[in-house]
Amino acid sequence: MEDAIAVRDLVVDRGGRRVLHGLSAVVPRGAVTGLLGPSGSGKTTLMRAVVGVQVVTAGTVTVLGRPAGSPELRHRVGYLTQAPSVYADLTVRENARYFAALHGRGRADADRAVADVGLARAAGQLVGTLSGGQRSRASLACALVAEPELVVLDEPTVGQDPVLRADLWAQFHAMAARGTTLLVSSHVMDEAARCDRLLLIREGRLIADDSPAAVRAAAGVDDLDEAFLRLIRAHQADQEDPS
Amino acid sequence: MSPRILAATTGRILRQLRHDRRTLALLAVVPSALLTLVYFMYVDQPTPPGQTSTFDRVALIMLGFFPFVIMFLVTSIAMLRERTTGTLERLLTTPLGKLDLLFGYGLAFGAAAAVQAAIASAVAYWVFGLDTAGDGLLVLLIAALNAVLAVALGLFCSAFARTEFQAVQFMPVVVVPQLLLCGLFVPRGEMAGWLQAVSDVLPLSYAVEALQEVGANAEPTGTMWRDLAVVAGSALLALVLAAATLRRRSG
Ligand SMILES: Nc1ncnc2c1ncn2[C@@H]1O[C@H](COP(=O)(O)OP(=O)(O)OP(=O)(O)O)[C@@H](O)[C@H]1O
Ligand SMILES: [Mg+2]
Repeated sequence: MEDAIAVRDLVVDRGGRRVLHGLSAVVPRGAVTGLLGPSGSGKTTLMRAVVGVQVVTAGTVTVLGRPAGSPELRHRVGYLTQAPSVYADLTVRENARYFAALHGRGRADADRAVADVGLARAAGQLVGTLSGGQRSRASLACALVAEPELVVLDEPTVGQDPVLRADLWAQFHAMAARGTTLLVSSHVMDEAARCDRLLLIREGRLIADDSPAAVRAAAGVDDLDEAFLRLIRAHQADQEDPS
Repeated sequence: MSPRILAATTGRILRQLRHDRRTLALLAVVPSALLTLVYFMYVDQPTPPGQTSTFDRVALIMLGFFPFVIMFLVTSIAMLRERTTGTLERLLTTPLGKLDLLFGYGLAFGAAAAVQAAIASAVAYWVFGLDTAGDGLLVLLIAALNAVLAVALGLFCSAFARTEFQAVQFMPVVVVPQLLLCGLFVPRGEMAGWLQAVSDVLPLSYAVEALQEVGANAEPTGTMWRDLAVVAGSALLALVLAAATLRRRSG
């Protein structure tokens, strides 16, 4: 089957600097793909290009068979921004209901999404009064509420405790099992190990696109953390000495 | 544009306002408090026979001006918040159309302004004895339309502000010249020709003229309807310009 996302030779400039340098990658359907890389390497920029809010200098991004940002895709793609983007002066439930309504979904869907992120008891609380981790989950609920075919999640588990993180990852896998495609960025290596596939980027270039097992094998170590360090150092050495 | 999304967005904005009790209280009370001030400023001033009292003249224009200035500020800040908190970026990845968002603000804040104007008018007419030849409901209509114009201008101007500090600076730039030249301080016919020309392209001048027509004539006049059409047209133009500044993609 066709890939959910196909990025070809993507070049993006931000603030006069090149952030993505001709990046190409694919994201398979019905799986959890992890997007990893050092801070500032261009993960958020790539995700913005996928959901169609990033000005692109060159290259193509195809999402579910259409150019990224096409109007028909707006029903089919859910996006979680890195910083929680929910209305602080509304309750969790009101936020979820609003984003549900934008997709033609009802109150039941909104309540389910709130419960799924573990906020059922805080549903009537103003988002502005939530803890940091709760606020990120409120934002996550709004991204998942319409059960989109493709979900793009920018660091969805930051600030969550280990139990919640495990719950959320179980949910991501359950969604993938139902056919949803997930692209999830993360800094945490134990999360990388839970992905079906990994994209590793450094300074706007793709340096690995493989399953976690293959990444470990390529680096010749068992530990993913160590494998990434080695891949990143090898890439660095290549760039400094391109002979 | 979709009626369902427009309704959801209007409801969402009103719900945000409802949670902000202090803002609601200020919206309800401040215009009446200022009218009280104006009343006592002029209460001892003699009115020459056959002329409208200064209070009647000033209060009538203030009823149109409050919603204008307040809704301009409220909208600029609300829209800037959408931009800075990332909710706008997220909204633009959903099926929401740009006009759903802009008209949502126009409807929600226009309704809030209509309630505000109703309270202020009730105080002006029933407590301070404001006297207009025409119907008070027309005053409300003009005030509400003026508020929609202010919302549209606020939506447009917020595109040029990166910070709250910048956004509030647009108030003196956009609102104060319109207030100075609208005919409240110097009748428009007595201004220098070039000032009149400037006044002629400022939409608030037409709202003020419409209010003065209601003040002086028992029945709605053709001039009043034309003025209202100008205000509505300006609001629509500002909304279209605001839509043009809303880009789904950014750098
Ligand atoms: N609005 C912007 N204007 C100019 N440059 C930007 C802007 N946003 C990001 N950048 C730059 O683009 C580069 C990539 O940023 P991006 O946010 O994609 O990184 P990231 O991989 O998501 O990092 P993190 O893990 O810290 O979230 C960085 O060098 C950053 O400074
Ligand atoms: Mg990021």
